[in-house]
Amino acid sequence: MTTLLSVEDLRVWLDTASGPLSIVDAISFEIGVGQVFGLAGESGSGKTITALALLGLLPPGARASGAAILDGRDLLTMRAAQRRRTRGREIAMVFQDPMSSLHPMLTIERQLTEHMRYQLGMSGAEARRRAVELLTDVRIPDPEAAMRAYPHQFSGGMRQRIQIAISLACDPRLLVADEPTTALDVTVQAGILHLLHRLCREKDLAVMLITHDLGVLSALADTVTVMYAGRIVESGPTIQVMGRPRHPYTRGLVDSLPHPEAKDRVLVPIAGDPASPESRPAGCAFHPRCRYVEPACSTDVPVLIQVDDGRGMACPVDPLVAGLKR
Amino acid sequence: MSLLELRDVEVIYQRRDGAPVPAVAGASLDVEAGEIVGLVGETGCGKTSLARAAVGLVPIASGTVAFEGRPVHVLSRRARPARERRLQLVFQNPYESINPRRTVGAQVADAFAIGRTVPRSKWRQGVDDLLQRVGLPASISRRFPHQLSGGQRQRIAIARALAADPSMIVLDEPLSALDASVQAQVANLLVELARDLQVGMLLISHDLAIVRHVAHRTAVMYLGLVVETAPTAELWKAPKHPYTKALIASIPHADGAGHLPAALSGEIPDPARPPAGCRFHPRCSRVMDKCRTEAPQLVAKEAGRAVACWLYEELMVHDQVGGREARS
Repeated sequence: MTTLLSVEDLRVWLDTASGPLSIVDAISFEIGVGQVFGLAGESGSGKTITALALLGLLPPGARASGAAILDGRDLLTMRAAQRRRTRGREIAMVFQDPMSSLHPMLTIERQLTEHMRYQLGMSGAEARRRAVELLTDVRIPDPEAAMRAYPHQFSGGMRQRIQIAISLACDPRLLVADEPTTALDVTVQAGILHLLHRLCREKDLAVMLITHDLGVLSALADTVTVMYAGRIVESGPTIQVMGRPRHPYTRGLVDSLPHPEAKDRVLVPIAGDPASPESRPAGCAFHPRCRYVEPACSTDVPVLIQVDDGRGMACPVDPLVAGLKR
Repeated sequence: MSLLELRDVEVIYQRRDGAPVPAVAGASLDVEAGEIVGLVGETGCGKTSLARAAVGLVPIASGTVAFEGRPVHVLSRRARPARERRLQLVFQNPYESINPRRTVGAQVADAFAIGRTVPRSKWRQGVDDLLQRVGLPASISRRFPHQLSGGQRQRIAIARALAADPSMIVLDEPLSALDASVQAQVANLLVELARDLQVGMLLISHDLAIVRHVAHRTAVMYLGLVVETAPTAELWKAPKHPYTKALIASIPHADGAGHLPAALSGEIPDPARPPAGCRFHPRCSRVMDKCRTEAPQLVAKEAGRAVACWLYEELMVHDQVGGREARS
């Protein structure tokens, strides 16, 4: 695997009236060329903020430290002008709700061609030709007519396809997709997953897929990284992390999901609520909800350790080991 | 007589310009006491309109809605009849359905005041009991909604519905605003409440997988019509309608196996201009000539199962013909 993006020790703070609040706490990961990197976690886990930090789109009052190296250049420290060039050409982003990220009063043509002309210096006619190609590529029926239409004339699924077309306009190498199918029906979601899968294959496009939906990750991601309260708790190949989850939190998440094929299994929820950034517990942030908690968990922050089957685990009390002890 | 009976319900919205939109085009559904019925379908299939019609929030254009054997009145500015207070509704978003400026205890007690079911001196105890019933500590009653998590707020919304001592609760997407780990907690709570209090529940959801774990029976809607109903376990084991099959096949599995779910081609048509014949035929993989012109009826096929599809109609007609030949 050739590394495309390497994130080292990324931290994000939010300045509040009561001092800096840690949102993302020292996370490191790598995304390979053409790889689908899945980032899972519940609301408040810091997964979206991680993506925003990489794109330089953090809200006012938020600061990031660490390094995010793409092609030898650090995304976190580069100048604004260079970042504007990188964003769109090297990294593009797709958001959850296409209705709020597309401009409601501009035609699809205008929204598709604008940044090709800006970023790639294309002529109007060139950009138009390419725009029709892109719409064809994401399977919009009758692309010529779609160019003249406005966002409200499309269904949610079609709008998401258009948003993907816009993000691909400058042939980026990394697509950051934040909950790209969450607002869609399952049948439409399946279509978008097929589209993303094909695009990754054909264009050698890497995707950072951020979602709380473990089913979506299982379908598409090559690797899965699970975040809880701003830290990575487990990461590794999808088949390992989703197929045989090992961290108590990941296991809890998988057990609490309705499984389409399990036979009348009772849902086993994780007790309690996800930790919010304002009230993150000391030590392992998951310890108040953990079934396998030990005294040390409430004081020591667990380190992400590579285990022999290729996954990283941040839990000193491995449930398998604990199970043997019992 | 079922607790809640919807018969050939039509809900028609009038667009300011142009054709009327039949969001529900003749749907029928029953819910018994203590039973959870899941109502699933894609956006725009009319499931929320049907739920609203069931509690009298939207007027019905034709058909009947009966609760405990008597018609449900459309909600007007006047108070609803006392007996209809036993028919409650829980909304999707607990961030919007609860008043942010009053303590949650006071909001739960509102139902006691309106229904005069509990004397004032017992309100505090009644609120504590209800909070405990939905798995919350009594101390929470003095808090404001913003101090609670999404899961706790949805429990408050459920407690508020329970305060009216309902025999039937209609829940519109009660789980979809919640995180996965919390979703399971609330899902299990619904199962407990239906069992322990013998409350009937109509659970509207776009999430088939969660409905599978909660509902005793499931009804599948497509473009304003119920196309299949069956006991939940059987629906999953052997879905009959091609649309139900497509819905189930499109759910991604969180097993790490890397299988892409099957995609369903096409889009939901405009309900104002539904396709002729079977409304699903333009997207159906098993479409026949008859489907393009004649609409199939929802017909009971075996105990507790009904499906609106010519595939099964054909089979049944075939059986009948066979029977007649045998007799002659």
